[in-house]
Amino acid sequence: MTDTLTVDGLTVHYATREGALQALRDVALDVPAGQIVGIVGESGCGKSTLINALLQLMPENARIAAGSVRLEGEELVGAAQRRLRDMRGRDISVVFQDPMTSLNPVLTIGRQMRDIQYREPCDRAEKLRRAAAMLGRVGLPDPQARLDAYPHELSGGQRQRVAIAMAVLMRPKLLIADEPTTALDATLEVQIIELLKELQREIGCAILFISHHLGVIAELCDRVVVMYAGEAVEEGPVADVFLHPSHPYTAKLIECDPGRMKTRAKLLPAIPGDLPDLTAPPEGCIFRDRCDKATDLCRTKPNPVAVNGTHWARCHYAAEYGA
Amino acid sequence: MTAPILTLRDVVVEFPALRGLKAMMAPRNARHVQALSGISLDVARGETLAIVGESGSGKTTLARAINGLLPLAGGEIWFNDMALHQRPDWHAIRRQMAMMFQDPVGSLSPRKTVRELVLEPFAIHGQDVGNPSQTAQRLLEDAGLNADFLNRYPHQLSGGQARRVGVARALALNPAMVLADEPTAGLDVSVQGEILNLLNGIKAEHGLTTIIITHNLNILRHIADRIAVMYLGRIVEIGPVTQIMEQPRHPYTAALMSANPEPDPTTRRARIILSGETPALTARPSGCEFHPRCPVARADCGSQIPELTKAGPRAVSCHYPISENT
Amino acid sequence: MMRQFRHSLLGRLLADPMAVFALTIIIGLVVVAIFADAISPHDHTLMNLADRFAPPSTTYWLGTDNLGRDTFSRLAQGSRIALYVALVAVSISGMIGLILGMIAGFGPRWLDNLLLFIFDTLRAYPTIILALALAALLPRGLSTVIIVVVITSFSEYGRVVRTQTLSLKNAEFILAERAMGASPARMVFHHILPNVLGPFFILAAMNLPVVITIEAGMSFLGIGVPPGTPSWGATLKDGFDYIRNTPWIIIAGGLPLILVTLGFTFLGEALRDQLDPKLRKSR
Ligand SMILES: Nc1ncnc2c1ncn2[C@@H]1O[C@H](COP(=O)(O)OP(=O)(O)OP(=O)(O)O)[C@@H](O)[C@H]1O
Ligand SMILES: Nc1ncnc2c1ncn2[C@@H]1O[C@H](COP(=O)(O)OP(=O)(O)OP(=O)(O)O)[C@@H](O)[C@H]1O
Ligand code: SF4
Ligand code: SF4
Ligand SMILES: [Mg+2]
Ligand SMILES: [Mg+2]
Repeated sequence: MTDTLTVDGLTVHYATREGALQALRDVALDVPAGQIVGIVGESGCGKSTLINALLQLMPENARIAAGSVRLEGEELVGAAQRRLRDMRGRDISVVFQDPMTSLNPVLTIGRQMRDIQYREPCDRAEKLRRAAAMLGRVGLPDPQARLDAYPHELSGGQRQRVAIAMAVLMRPKLLIADEPTTALDATLEVQIIELLKELQREIGCAILFISHHLGVIAELCDRVVVMYAGEAVEEGPVADVFLHPSHPYTAKLIECDPGRMKTRAKLLPAIPGDLPDLTAPPEGCIFRDRCDKATDLCRTKPNPVAVNGTHWARCHYAAEYGA
Repeated sequence: MTAPILTLRDVVVEFPALRGLKAMMAPRNARHVQALSGISLDVARGETLAIVGESGSGKTTLARAINGLLPLAGGEIWFNDMALHQRPDWHAIRRQMAMMFQDPVGSLSPRKTVRELVLEPFAIHGQDVGNPSQTAQRLLEDAGLNADFLNRYPHQLSGGQARRVGVARALALNPAMVLADEPTAGLDVSVQGEILNLLNGIKAEHGLTTIIITHNLNILRHIADRIAVMYLGRIVEIGPVTQIMEQPRHPYTAALMSANPEPDPTTRRARIILSGETPALTARPSGCEFHPRCPVARADCGSQIPELTKAGPRAVSCHYPISENT
Repeated sequence: MMRQFRHSLLGRLLADPMAVFALTIIIGLVVVAIFADAISPHDHTLMNLADRFAPPSTTYWLGTDNLGRDTFSRLAQGSRIALYVALVAVSISGMIGLILGMIAGFGPRWLDNLLLFIFDTLRAYPTIILALALAALLPRGLSTVIIVVVITSFSEYGRVVRTQTLSLKNAEFILAERAMGASPARMVFHHILPNVLGPFFILAAMNLPVVITIEAGMSFLGIGVPPGTPSWGATLKDGFDYIRNTPWIIIAGGLPLILVTLGFTFLGEALRDQLDPKLRKSR
């Protein structure tokens, strides 16, 4: 199978007053054509940073210190701006975490959805028709009338669905979605999951899907990547990772899921401790100061350890722990 | 039960449905849509009420109407015996009633640092901050962020970090009530736990009343005392959390609860799939507004409007509620 | 320290060659204006009738005019007038535009419509006609020039600021301020103002040379500064009268105008690149 997206050794730094904040360190990731890969991880672990780096749309204090990002073999890091602009929206499209990032507050929804189709040879009416049809597919009531609405006149979930509709309208090769269902109720969430699956079957695109909802990941994705403090710490087929977590962080994360606890908990479990200071990440295993399995060996940096087939974890004890 | 801290009676909120020329030509009653059509609700002091429901059903609108950010087209709201529908002193009320917004980054003023943002309530209400740095740091730490973030700008925060700044700010002045719109969206499960523990802790200590709007069904039973379920601008079912979750009586509630994706890949629940689409506010169905999508609708559902009827601690608005033993 | 500087606005501007070029010209202009007396080789009012129409030479760097006054000295003095008019006029019209624009954007609908009407009417009026009309009514002088500029240009600031304010008014963070009990004044001055200043300063930088040109134009037409004042426009006019035989006067008189226009326009563009976060992000 060919890989639509290949990320290799990606390292991203943010310049801050305290020094370079190493938001991503040596992240590798493949998204094969026709697959849905999920990313989970602590908030602040670099998921949105990863997406911005994939798109080469970085805030001005960010810098790709090393690594490569390839879309169907073509290198994006350092590619010409023209080429990148060409690809964005057509080959790669994104649903941003904050839907207002992709919506202009002073233009109507219809105008914005028409504008993103500027490459299409069809006329205005046809573009609006397509836009309305797509809004209908993401479950927006009365799509035709919504074309005249401004973003602030929509509910949070409606805005999010507009953003999703805009992203899939261009039938991209790679669809990146950063928590696209946080503002949706469960029935719609399921509907969006079905839509994404359908779309993926229809046009065979690859999807990179970020979510904190482990249930959504379990339901939608083929594979899942677990990130912690700027590193990918575990990756594998969804069922393998969720049933046999092989990195202590993944195991803790799953334990914390309030969805698992079917009776009221007085105190919800949380992972004690904080993310390490990313301007000076500790030597050795990045999870060490919060890991209750840590030993002296963990002062050296663990390499990815294969657990089972394509399932691996970056922990010295992954093999014993996961099996 | 103690006297309620918040009471809503038949609250109606309208938005203009049409714009410009179209609005002038249209008949008077077609110019507006009702985003909330007659909400009545009592919230007890120290209670946590969760509001769930369809996206676009009016949850955010409800929170904003309570906080006075949207004008009422009808109905009454009482908070601590003050009539919020009669031009009250909002400045004083909003000190008592804090709000957490749905959009974490968008609700933070983009050119202010985190320190300025969390101290903003003190500045607005002329409250003594004591040592500003220490206060800011304490508020952040309570919300699970360390002092490193004090000098950051909102665009330099991750979504979840921005959310926590919003939480810190809402709790800054020890309000009597918090309106929290999606307080856990964008947080990983471990931080979700921390925020909910924080809210639960304040509730136990200071008797904080919370209205929490959420799509995250997983957290409901750990935080809420009661749940109100909304559909198309109305409350269709309300009651104690476990009862609503385990024995939903309204068919929409049942569908909603069954849809929640399960984290365990080996368990797949039987899901009630709703046919059809959410109706537009401009074209509300007749009778029971849920009838075009209701899996158990009967003939008269399309003509008879069901009332929200009380039965014990819970109430449901359905002619044929799902009975306890099925 | 160094790192902080690199991220400050000035630090970023200095990394942009266009901005460095613009800043050099502008700083040059300011230096000339401040030290005009010291760097002028001759008294700019001194008429040396023996040296009328002298071509550029080591004594008269840019030649002399019809009355034998040193053109370079006159231009150096003229830079004071140009800067004075530009700064005063832009500050006044900018302030008026900023305040009215924020009121229009944030205030009630009817006020917005009223102010928009005023902005549009004033903008529809050609500057030159207004200038001629006012010149007929008011005495000749710098204040007339300033009044003309203020009347014709505050609406431009007003419109830009209004549009910005309007798009911020519905922003979630303004709603959040309201929900905390903030007063309208606090929302406008603490939260909207910092977000409209960027586009405002860009516009102001781009408008400075326009004002200088208006002053020169009015003086050229004889409705600006009183005769004898060494304004750039007056020098241009003198040059124009004798363009056939002594073209250097008009060339020399035009030079500073061109340089200043380039300088401020480039600065405006560089500022826009740096201050507009959306543009900056996608570069
Ligand atoms: N422009 C910036 N300047 C400095 N630091 C930044 C900037 N943007 C993000 N960061 C920091 O980089 C880290 C990674 O941020 P990122 O937004 O990628 O997290 P995330 O995984 O998407 O989190 P969440 O789930 O909360 O959205 C965070 O610690 C954040 O504070
Ligand atoms: N300013 C406005 N003008 C017109 N219609 C509006 C406006 N604000 C909200 N609406 C409409 O009112 C309805 C209720 O919106 P609201 O934001 O309260 O929904 P919600 O329940 O919070 O949904 P979500 O879960 O998606 O956030 C929606 O149909 C929305 O389109
Ligand atoms: S390498 Fe050591 S510290 Fe790191 S996760 Fe594994 S056991 Fe824990
Ligand atoms: S009243 Fe009828 S249509 Fe409405 S929810 Fe009950 S059964 Fe369904
Ligand atoms: Mg993020
Ligand atoms: Mg909402």
